[in-house]
Amino acid sequence: MAQESDLTLMFASFQKYLDSEREIREKIREAVNDLEDTAREVLTLLQSIHQVENHQRVPEICEKAKGYFSKIKEQYANIASKVPDNQFYRFHDHWRFVTQRLSFLAAFLFYLQHHGLICYEDTAEMLGLKVDRKCGFHLDLEDFLMGLLQMATELTRLAVNSVTAGNYQEPLLIKKSVTQLDAGFRLLNLKNDSLRKRYDALKYDLKKIEEIVYDLSIRGLSNKTEDQ
Amino acid sequence: MAANPPALTLKEQNEKNSNSTPESASTTDIDSDLLENFRTYQVKIDARHDKYERIVKLGRDITIESKRIIFLLHRNASGDNENILGQTDTKFKELLRTKFLPLAKELEAEDPYQYIKAYTFGVQEFIEAVSFYFYIKENRLVTLNEIQSMLNFKKIQNNSSEEDKTDNYENEYLVFVRPVDFLLGVADLTGELMRMAIKSISSGDVETPFRICNFLREIHTNFLGFGNTCRETSLKMLTMKQSLEKVETACYMMKVRGSEVPKHAIVDVLHSADRENTHFSSDTYG
Repeated sequence: MAQESDLTLMFASFQKYLDSEREIREKIREAVNDLEDTAREVLTLLQSIHQVENHQRVPEICEKAKGYFSKIKEQYANIASKVPDNQFYRFHDHWRFVTQRLSFLAAFLFYLQHHGLICYEDTAEMLGLKVDRKCGFHLDLEDFLMGLLQMATELTRLAVNSVTAGNYQEPLLIKKSVTQLDAGFRLLNLKNDSLRKRYDALKYDLKKIEEIVYDLSIRGLSNKTEDQ
Repeated sequence: MAANPPALTLKEQNEKNSNSTPESASTTDIDSDLLENFRTYQVKIDARHDKYERIVKLGRDITIESKRIIFLLHRNASGDNENILGQTDTKFKELLRTKFLPLAKELEAEDPYQYIKAYTFGVQEFIEAVSFYFYIKENRLVTLNEIQSMLNFKKIQNNSSEEDKTDNYENEYLVFVRPVDFLLGVADLTGELMRMAIKSISSGDVETPFRICNFLREIHTNFLGFGNTCRETSLKMLTMKQSLEKVETACYMMKVRGSEVPKHAIVDVLHSADRENTHFSSDTYG
């Protein structure tokens, strides 16, 4: 009899454990939802640069987008406060997607402002995250790289649209960045995982951007702007 | 020659381009900076993958060795109980020393959940083996605490051998066991117990099947309580139920036919009764 009650007691403690886990998950999900909302707002805002009439207003739009990042930092801090110490990877799946999206947005914003590629540390800084796992809630390296790859696709689209808007210099700059990105990714030994799959798509982006540059150069468009 | 002109113009464009943009003075610097950055990413990613692979290897070794221990324990029907338990004991010690300790060292200062997928199956199989051992030895279910303390290498006493002393035990190493892993390991245990029950019938043991049947019933009832809270266990529940039903049928057969059919023939009777539940399988081989 004593044995039976021991067993029941033990299973009751597991039930308690499972319940508390579910509670934590729900809290995290709630916090992540807020972050996703903000990420969507930033995305919508940055999408407007594809509009022909907005091509001149890029700096202004970037400034506005930059304003959101303090809010993002707060929301990440909120998520971090819900995650127990040293259990980042237990719940990582909840914010993995939105983190990839946000590192894409950070990289895109950085490109629009500086015409270069953002580095890991700067992305983490923009999102208010740490680089090293031991220092606290951190930005996973693979999430950051995933963001870079998403940005390459977006830049390719931007190249098409800037040609439409009469900006013939932009594709050349974009080509340079995407080529650099490709060279960088070539240094990595990727496993057969989601990052590898996403990286395999980079060559199509590169191909497309090279075609655009080709189109411009055979027509002699790459040397001049619309005003000339 | 024909290919030259476009290449030239491209180069010219690039030069022109670099003259027109202000940042371009340090183009090569930016380039090498970027590649330098990616080299650091490479190092980090490689380190992570290597570690993962090493852990997968250890996890697989643990799985294999645990399965062997389970097979060894199944041989106890011959009545050579003490001997087999002794052998198992040494095997466990060996497994802990050669596999779990390196695993614990790999996991030191890491987030235990980061590499969990690489070794969770090994741990589950280990739990299955340990709980099977405990059931045979003490007729009870092992607790999570007991398993966790086996995998906590601070508590291991050095057996005064030279080799052990070189291992640095001052640091605390441990392989973290998720409660979920424990539950899944226990769910697998029910399959082993079913096999043991059926086997003991054929060897003429009339007590063991009933004892096991009660035990299985108890575990099954407790698992039912989890319902939707744990997704991983609900799949195992199906198999567990089949195991339980098989043992219950066996016990029923023993009661009903036990007086008229010779013991060794009951197993055949059971198999014919099993036709209704044809989709029966032990998850030991899964």
